[in-house]
Amino acid sequence: MPPTEKVFEAEKPTMTSHAVIDCDIHNELPSLKTLFPYLPDHWRDYISESAFVGPDANDYPKGAPTTARPGSQPPSGPPGSDLGLLREQVLDVWNVDFGILTNAYWVQSIHLEDLAADMATAINHWQVESWLDPESRLRASLVVPSQNPQLAAEEIERFGGHPGFVQVIMPIRSLIPYGKRFYDPIFAAAVKHGLAIGLHYGGAPGHAPTPAGWPSTYLEEYAGMAQVFQSQVMSLIFEGAFDRFPDLRVALIEGGFTWMPSLMWRMDKEWKGLRHNTPWVKQLPSEYVRNHIRMTVQPINAPPQQEYVVQIIEQLESDEMLLFSTDYPHWHFDANEEAWPIQLPDALTAKIMAENARAFYRLPVGVTRAGAVQS
Amino acid sequence: MSVHPDVATLENKLASDNTKSATAVIDCDIHNAPPSDKALHKYMSKQWQEHQQMVGNRGHTGGIYTRAVPHAARHDSWPPTGEVPGSNLEFLQKQLLDEWQLEYGILNPLYPVGGQLNLEYGAALAQAMNDWQQAEWLEPEPRLRASIVVPYEDGELAAAEIHRAARQHPGFVQVIVVVRTKEPLGRRKYWKMYEAAAEHNLPIGIHFGGAGGGPITGGGWPSHYIEDHGGMPQAFQAQVTSLVCEGVFEHFPTLRVVLIEGGFAWLPPLAWRLDQSWRKLKAEVPALKRAPSEYIHDHIWLTTQPMEEPPQRQYFNQLLQQLDADDRLMFATDYPHWDFDAPDRAFPVQLDRELKHKIMAGNARKLYNLPPRI
Repeated sequence: MPPTEKVFEAEKPTMTSHAVIDCDIHNELPSLKTLFPYLPDHWRDYISESAFVGPDANDYPKGAPTTARPGSQPPSGPPGSDLGLLREQVLDVWNVDFGILTNAYWVQSIHLEDLAADMATAINHWQVESWLDPESRLRASLVVPSQNPQLAAEEIERFGGHPGFVQVIMPIRSLIPYGKRFYDPIFAAAVKHGLAIGLHYGGAPGHAPTPAGWPSTYLEEYAGMAQVFQSQVMSLIFEGAFDRFPDLRVALIEGGFTWMPSLMWRMDKEWKGLRHNTPWVKQLPSEYVRNHIRMTVQPINAPPQQEYVVQIIEQLESDEMLLFSTDYPHWHFDANEEAWPIQLPDALTAKIMAENARAFYRLPVGVTRAGAVQS
Repeated sequence: MSVHPDVATLENKLASDNTKSATAVIDCDIHNAPPSDKALHKYMSKQWQEHQQMVGNRGHTGGIYTRAVPHAARHDSWPPTGEVPGSNLEFLQKQLLDEWQLEYGILNPLYPVGGQLNLEYGAALAQAMNDWQQAEWLEPEPRLRASIVVPYEDGELAAAEIHRAARQHPGFVQVIVVVRTKEPLGRRKYWKMYEAAAEHNLPIGIHFGGAGGGPITGGGWPSHYIEDHGGMPQAFQAQVTSLVCEGVFEHFPTLRVVLIEGGFAWLPPLAWRLDQSWRKLKAEVPALKRAPSEYIHDHIWLTTQPMEEPPQRQYFNQLLQQLDADDRLMFATDYPHWDFDAPDRAFPVQLDRELKHKIMAGNARKLYNLPPRI
């Protein structure tokens, strides 16, 4: 049965009395030409004259049912590219204090680093003018050419003072793992400006997405992205990124979270046997996870037994790790499901729906929230 | 890790187990190794002997993470003769089979055969390894069973070796591949191997390790052994995903796969994620008639080492409940490796009697079709 507009209407969080901070909203470029006003002349010429069509990533095939929920495509561009529709379908429908924009335009897969850097700058200008300036409930993620950390750090210096940016976003699929000191200039600049690091589903570094080569189907690549998240968590911890940058905060966006307890157990066990290999890692790996890492809730990857998800949340041994997200306009859940269908104690629900994100992204009590009438 | 098993304790335990059969133990992951490359020569043609002497073994290079200890072995597992751990039957009998009173042990040799870039040489090595196993392990020791080593990157060569070895000796109970293959194991290049395994009713064992040419993460090459060793569960997840999504179990409905030394706490969340993803994207994989979790439940077995060690005991019980694999979880020690799990202290919780019997021996007896000896 094809999903309908009515279905979309029904997808409000169950706890509508809670404030909501949506930590994964995609603001898509209407088209490459959108960036022209922000690009130097020579890149405009290059793009017009060559066959360049943008980054070589195919994280969201156009026709896949996960890519866009019904009704999210404006006449003017791809789903997620219209602020009016975003207000109508997310910000105004729910009691949204803040929405965090997670632009997933992966300049990292443009091998031409100077073009990647200038495109990142252009995207960030466009984010300020087209999203942050007109809508006070939105916050944004800085796009950076992280394949060249020096240029990425310059980009963070350029925009880091703008209060609308709350994090630096990078694709979970990197050229080399994020814990390596190669990326330190990015982390140093982010920490300096009080920005979180958002590691997000996707990316196209050129090598295979699995430890055993290239799978055949999108289904495998989509589901398999969780393993890349697991690898990056291990890298950040065992390379000592959190020891070098004690204020580093990392959000794992759109990677699921039910796998985290099993990863924490495995890392803690590895650390017990092999910590003499990585003497700079001073605490149990799971402690670093709880202190530095947060995870958005979509896709939930929940089993039919709701008690199992409750067990998983208990096994995280922290009520601060989960951040509510819709992942608008992407669509992971089933037609009759909600973005957060799990029944939990009220105080925990409040934390997941907004308070964890408020603390993590250092956001104030929301304007709309203060004015909202509770019934 | 426990390297000094206390036999007296075990015997007391067995004695106090007030049933006609004390807890039998079948070890599903024992590593036997040729004492040297040369030890295989008598099982190889002159051509391949010379080949080995000239260029030796050549696999995907550049992926080595130096092990914590030489041969990743327990310090006490070096035979008194000075040969490499796992290469001396008499010492293995004494240190493992007798000491722990094992009913059976399954041999999984990790000599680099399937990863050889020269496929025909890999096939010759596989043949030599299997003949060596038969002559020097299976024939002298009735408690042992062995896995057929195959040149898995070529489906036809692998199938030929399965047919040859399976017909040659009943002690071969499984086909072994490593988890770090060149391509995901669901891809069609591997299907001839599954066809042959299914024909002989042999499970495919997928074991920790290997090198397929690419990095162990989807985000590039990490730096440390702890990331390589701790990253293997991600490789296992990729292989389960591939086998299920490519429809291998639809095509080979009797095929059973054993995940060896990969852990098992990651499997429930993986199954949930696959199910959810499949519900949205199933139009892409019309070969699948059922939810991924159902294929996993019917076709995937797991060994216990390295044991999961959550910080709270109740989490382990929750895990067993979520895993729903009481009939498919099988005990293993991983002898002679450093992260050996001892039969008497591997589990972080007290298992109920029936489940303990299944995991320690019953499930393996059934899967590998082993007549009870205890």
